[in-house]
Amino acid sequence: MSIVVCAEQRDGKLSKVTFEALSEGKRLAAASGETLKALVIGSGVAACADELKKYGADEIAVADNEALAAYTTETYAAVLAAYIAQESPALVLMGHSTVGRELAARAAGIADCGLVSDCVAIESADGDYLFKHPVYAGKAIGTFKISGATRLATLRPNVFAIEESDGAGAVVDFAPEIPAAKVTVKAVNKVSGDRPELTEADIICSGGRGLGGPEGFKLIEDLADSLGAAVGSSRAAVDAGWREHAAQVGQTGKVVSPNLYIASGISGAIQHLAGMGTSKYIVGINKDGEANIFNVADYGIEGDLNKIIPALVEKLKEA
Amino acid sequence: MEFVYTEEERMMLQMARSFAEKEVKPLAKDTDKEHKYPAETVKKMAELGLMGVSVPVDYEGSGMSNICYSIAIEEISRHCAATGVIMSVNNSLACDPVKIFGTEAQKQKYLADMASGRKLGCLGLTEPNAGSDAANLSTTAVLDGDDWVINGRKIFITNGNEADYCILIAATDKSKGHRGLSAFIVELDNPGFSVGTLEDKLGIRGSSTAELVFEDCRIPKDNLLGEVGKGFKVALTTLDGGRIGIASQALGIARAAIEDATAYAKERVQFGKPIAKLQAIQWMLADLSTQYEAARLLTHRAAYLKDQGQSFGKEAAMAKLMAAETAMKAATQGIQILGGYGYTTDYPLERYFRDAKITEIYEGTSEVMRLVIATNILQ
Amino acid sequence: MKIVTCIKQTFDTEAKIVVGGDGQISDEGVNMILNPYDEYAVEEAIKTKEKDGGEVVVVTVGGDKAQEALRYSLAMGADRAVLINDPALEKADSHAVSVALAKLLSDKEAGYDVIFAGKEAVDDGAAQVPSRLAAKLDLALANVVVAVELADGKATVTREIDGGTEELEMALPALISAQKGLNEVRYPSLPGIMKAKRKPLDVVSLADLGLSAEDVASKVEMVSAELPPARKAGQKLTGEVDEVVAKLVELLKNEAKVI
Ligand SMILES: Cc1cc2nc3c(=O)[nH]c(=O)nc-3n(C[C@H](O)[C@H](O)[C@H](O)COP(=O)(O)OP(=O)(O)OC[C@H]3O[C@@H](n4cnc5c(N)ncnc54)[C@H](O)[C@@H]3O)c2cc1C
Repeated sequence: MSIVVCAEQRDGKLSKVTFEALSEGKRLAAASGETLKALVIGSGVAACADELKKYGADEIAVADNEALAAYTTETYAAVLAAYIAQESPALVLMGHSTVGRELAARAAGIADCGLVSDCVAIESADGDYLFKHPVYAGKAIGTFKISGATRLATLRPNVFAIEESDGAGAVVDFAPEIPAAKVTVKAVNKVSGDRPELTEADIICSGGRGLGGPEGFKLIEDLADSLGAAVGSSRAAVDAGWREHAAQVGQTGKVVSPNLYIASGISGAIQHLAGMGTSKYIVGINKDGEANIFNVADYGIEGDLNKIIPALVEKLKEA
Repeated sequence: MEFVYTEEERMMLQMARSFAEKEVKPLAKDTDKEHKYPAETVKKMAELGLMGVSVPVDYEGSGMSNICYSIAIEEISRHCAATGVIMSVNNSLACDPVKIFGTEAQKQKYLADMASGRKLGCLGLTEPNAGSDAANLSTTAVLDGDDWVINGRKIFITNGNEADYCILIAATDKSKGHRGLSAFIVELDNPGFSVGTLEDKLGIRGSSTAELVFEDCRIPKDNLLGEVGKGFKVALTTLDGGRIGIASQALGIARAAIEDATAYAKERVQFGKPIAKLQAIQWMLADLSTQYEAARLLTHRAAYLKDQGQSFGKEAAMAKLMAAETAMKAATQGIQILGGYGYTTDYPLERYFRDAKITEIYEGTSEVMRLVIATNILQ
Repeated sequence: MKIVTCIKQTFDTEAKIVVGGDGQISDEGVNMILNPYDEYAVEEAIKTKEKDGGEVVVVTVGGDKAQEALRYSLAMGADRAVLINDPALEKADSHAVSVALAKLLSDKEAGYDVIFAGKEAVDDGAAQVPSRLAAKLDLALANVVVAVELADGKATVTREIDGGTEELEMALPALISAQKGLNEVRYPSLPGIMKAKRKPLDVVSLADLGLSAEDVASKVEMVSAELPPARKAGQKLTGEVDEVVAKLVELLKNEAKVI
């Protein structure tokens, strides 16, 4: 039996969570003696194989086809489902990105497999697996079991450690029948520019109502750029129209777990904590000493963010 | 006996709560601070049918129960008591008397206008010399040909500055005391009408409290509401229903104070632990919650009796008395639980405190409520 | 147009989560609401009907209580509702739910032009049903959608992807899952609430759908749940701005080692 990682690539570039999934796959494979296989889907993606090998893949299946040049859920899911049918792996892992989550679910729908989305831990136990997945927006952690020969799981980005390891890295072609696409991709608009993607960023700088207005986000952007960080926002700032919803962190926004989360002018409502409570380190900057953010922040600064952030940016530049 | 909401009531609750949180709460602080009438919110409430909750659908109301009405007022007042009273006055003090005493033609026009929210209503009863002693009116209405001619001044009239229609109580025969009073529907775009002094007041500052001035104000003969000489009955019947609205408003304020104080007590740490762990704080919250629940049951029962077409005057008075005193106590102790922070405008507790007080005064003071209850049980 | 909206009743997002003695999450005393993302789906369905005419059918899999979420959708303006309610579905996972919905939609409720759903439910956070359902019904699918235009038998949508947005076009019928921002959700009006009481709400069992308990056997089971470890307050840095900033940078570098 095998453990399969379905790699996620865009324009030939593999996403970071793919390496996280491979590293976790390798750890689980080492424990259970299974082989680790990777599947990469796309057009002109053969070059991805080299990189996948670095994280321990024993075999890399490449589904390379012009019909797969643009990602559509139905074509990619058909490939993944066909691969599952061929391999009947014990476990299929992929990132819980926007694409990963729907791809896994659609493939699971075709293959009639159980899927646990958004896992933060996987344990192997007596030939079976236990999956931990936060429910109720992180207010509880559920432990799940999947019945059936093949189990699917998507992994929360930034949670599983990346480890390089050598795999045999044999490359094989995988050429299943590809159904006609039902969806045409008309355009792709990147919005975050040079900043990293929110859910994958190691560092996130977020702002809230305490910024006082949309112009306050200039401060957050400066801070983010001095740290190579992504920019996030609380719901209050999104509702006020200061920031687009894609930047919202929290219960009805994105769930993130960066190494460092700097919350400025964010009170720390429970709904916000649901989206960033698993960050490794939290810094809270707020003028209200009673703000809830200080109950969760590893480092708290009570004061005027209009003074603190510029000083912090200066200090970071010095360093 | 059943203590569960019907499906309709649950939906009302969910809708009103989410409306209040999303549309009312964000404006509440400014509404108070700037004495600003929340015109936009009132418009939205009208679109949702909140300005004529228990007016029949035939007259462009929502055709819902008085329990639903109480739920809606409580939820809105939970975040803004001023918005709550604007709604309550239109529903209870303006729509209700036309619904109960109006002719078919009056209902088609005035009730439909107010229930749909196209027009805003108010009740003009109080005068400088007629407060608790509401029958002692000086304002007169005299029939002159096909018109009633009105002269006099009303004070403290909620919605008076914005209203389009006024349900007015005036003396048609001073010699007969309260049997000489009659009720009228007055369209306020009348040359004989003007708004006088606007009160600057402690709380519910987003709702206007106005003086209404009538100088040879001519209205059509047909705008008599009910019968000549039955105006005092119109006023008392109207106020009985209004008290369900004010009780619900008070419940909203009480709940706001209790919820905010509870949340604060869990977070505020003194002497190394949250103050919620102190029995002194726990007892305050326990008492307040108990009184709130009791007041809510009384209010819902009064609303229920009204829905059943049974007499509910005593119950409405009990509900208003209990709810108002609970609101005042909850706001007072809520501030106490927040300590110095509660006294500042950083927290809304001081606003709840200022808003709560009026519920012990208007539509009958707490003393008058006791009088009504006593009269009922001693008769 | 026949517009179907799949909804779910979930815990109020403010609900406090309590794990019972059986290691499962207790729903006792919890206020239940229409899943927030599903509100956008219902709104979009009603808007579509208001523009293009037709009928909005809301469907869900759930227990008796789930009727409330359906009625709420009816009060917002949907025309009819179907509840799939069966003891065998009590612990339904995303697989089971999508099997049941797929059967309903390919059989009793066939002939739809578009299906709306929320992008995920805030309780299990699985985000699986729309994609699974699209697989079972072999439909074009767009998830996490923030703008929709339906015209000439086609859907043009904008959806969020990591790091940006994507514009997709697809022929109808299609399944579209809603993200916050898709529209402004209306409140049910009071007359709407009154009308909802009289709108048809059909309750169907698995047998009515021609499914057996095996067909909807769940594949995923929650063995247990626990509350996450509480985060503790760390240290507050005090002093002049320059001092605290220097201290913070120092700590982030040498203690936390995150920059
Ligand atoms: C903000 C606001 C909004 C209002 N809105 C309206 C409105 O929309 N329409 C309207 O017509 N009126 C309105 N009123 C008037 C309100 O109903 C009266 O103020 C109230 O009924 C009390 O009358 P009063 O102020 O004249 O006090 P008074 O009657 O002078 O009472 C003074 C004190 O004496 C006590 N008292 C009086 N009589 C008795 C008694 N018999 N036994 C025991 N104690 C007694 C009272 O309880 C009170 O403590 C409003 C008032 C305010 C402040």
